[in-house]
Amino acid sequence: MHPLSPDGLTVDPRDRGGLLQPLLIARGLRKHFPVKGSGEKTVKAVDGVSFTVRKGETLGIVGESGCGKSTLARLLLHLVVPDAGELVFDGDLVDTRELPVDALRRQVQIVFQDSYSSLNPRMPIRDSVAFGPFVQGKKKQQARDIACEMLGKVGLDPDVFGPRYPHELSGGQKQRVNIARALATEPRMVILDEPVSALDKSVEAQVLNLLRALKRQFNLTYLFISHDLNVVRYLSDRVLVMYLGRAVEIGPIDAVFERPRHPYTRALLASRPSMDPAQRIQEAPISGDPPNPIDPPSGCRFHTRCRFAEPPCEKTDPALGVWEGSQPHVVACHMHDVASGHSRLAHV
Amino acid sequence: MSEPAANGGAALAEVSDLSVRFVTREATVHAVNGVSFGVRPGQVLCILGESGSGKTVTLRALMRLLPPRRTEITGTVRVDGRDVLAMSSRALRDLRGGLVSMVFQEPMTALDPVYTVGQQIGETLRRHTGCGRSAARGRALELLELVRIPSAERRLNAYPHELSGGLRQRAMIAMALSCKPRLLLADEPTTALDATVQIQVLVLLRRLQRELGMGMIFVTHDLGVAAEIADTVAVMYAGRIVESGPVARILQAPAHPYTAGLLASTVYGQPRDRDIDAIPGSPPDLRRLSPGCSFAPRCPRRTADCRRAVPEPRFPETGHMAACLLVTGANGRPS
Repeated sequence: MHPLSPDGLTVDPRDRGGLLQPLLIARGLRKHFPVKGSGEKTVKAVDGVSFTVRKGETLGIVGESGCGKSTLARLLLHLVVPDAGELVFDGDLVDTRELPVDALRRQVQIVFQDSYSSLNPRMPIRDSVAFGPFVQGKKKQQARDIACEMLGKVGLDPDVFGPRYPHELSGGQKQRVNIARALATEPRMVILDEPVSALDKSVEAQVLNLLRALKRQFNLTYLFISHDLNVVRYLSDRVLVMYLGRAVEIGPIDAVFERPRHPYTRALLASRPSMDPAQRIQEAPISGDPPNPIDPPSGCRFHTRCRFAEPPCEKTDPALGVWEGSQPHVVACHMHDVASGHSRLAHV
Repeated sequence: MSEPAANGGAALAEVSDLSVRFVTREATVHAVNGVSFGVRPGQVLCILGESGSGKTVTLRALMRLLPPRRTEITGTVRVDGRDVLAMSSRALRDLRGGLVSMVFQEPMTALDPVYTVGQQIGETLRRHTGCGRSAARGRALELLELVRIPSAERRLNAYPHELSGGLRQRAMIAMALSCKPRLLLADEPTTALDATVQIQVLVLLRRLQRELGMGMIFVTHDLGVAAEIADTVAVMYAGRIVESGPVARILQAPAHPYTAGLLASTVYGQPRDRDIDAIPGSPPDLRRLSPGCSFAPRCPRRTADCRRAVPEPRFPETGHMAACLLVTGANGRPS
């Protein structure tokens, strides 16, 4: 649809800002959900998260359940309206006259984890896939042709599978339909919220291969959310690590996986099973569960589980370094901030 | 701790030619089709398989936790020498939670939401040991400490919803261990947990299993988890064990094409610029199993013979079984 020109630069007619303009900039996104029947209490699901997504890259987002990664995905599409913060898509501020929310959703689509509940059970899957283009102004027959083409692209024969209903498909097939549905409106960016987590391992590999192939074919930008570090490493160019509503580390994928700086990232990486019975993990890297996001710890939110916690960690909230610009690897940890007063300054 | 001897010791659990069918008006689901294995005291057997492979049904058959009216079970299941399939419901109640106990995947649904953790552990203790209320409470406290629940005294009075996922799973492990079972069945006990909590629970289970000398059957779909906890691994596909053997052997030199395919398709350590060697297709429909090897339709190495009959087990090495015609090694049933 939008092939690369010979010099490797995009010739996407929808491109406005040029290659160096990030496709998406999120600044200080925040969402606190009120807790019913508890007065003023709120779940601090996303609490001031900033990052950029470059054109053509895959940004991975990892974190444990409750860290806010799925809420973040919804904020980016205004499926959940942020309490604070702003979104800039290809140079345009979202939810303004330049880029109203429905115009954003033409360019950004999402694939959810639960492949069954994201399809209408009373609609043949061909119609589910055709629905997006139809709503966005295509004629019925045109939309149906697009749907058949997209089903073919995700490896489902439209004549065989098109008339079927979601309950007649396996989990892997349903997730392929969801990917086709997301791509039918020709988005520039796709948010993948745990797209393979509910799939069996042998099917997971098929879907990951498909996602890679489609990205190349349609020149897409991905935001890939997962709790599975191995999957994120395989697919992402850069990664953002979240803990309790905050971004704690952002960097190029190899740098973060090989030289993690935040103690939480290190613990998360060290918690992965070794795949070698001769090198089993003898001691769990950290103890306890993540704290409740209704009442997160003061200061650095990881200090209650951190081996290196010191008084400054309880008091002040470490800031994530300056990150806009080149290929930086930044971390929100007092051990990486000379002015913090932490006794164990890492070599930065 | 010493590893279990290769052949010494009587089997704690012995399953032979187990088949489980679920019969409804519309269809019969062939969930388990002739499975045989044994577990010795102190041994950890991992049953590895994808959803629908029959791993959970096999585990539940060991305690007969399957709906009696719609389930047809054939074969033999012996635990500590006793025939589980012939047991009366009274004898089964003594068995469950006593000699054999289970840790489920979802602690939130496995624990009763209207009783405190202490009450639930106490109930099990009083049922099986006949001890009094206060003795049960004291023992429950010891158990919570054994599974390393911080501030155990306070947690005894907590309801399941007041605990985090990791603590809830620890509480369920405490309950499962309360009557000193000789065989612990664990059905994906860490799948619902976060990565940093999963490894804590795995390390805990491994330590308790060794200290208490229990036999354990651990069901999982995750190769990494199996690598962390198993002595031996049995790989299931379409209700049959297609390969079994020592964990290192299975992970490093798999003989069955399905196991090999599963290992090749894991994302772990995959170079980013290449496609993963995925297994094509999807698992078969257990309502309509074709004759012959169930993996043949997806197998890259299938031959015409694969469709004729279910492959007999072959033994490329002592203790390593693969049910595949392509495997060279001694033929025959396990002795």
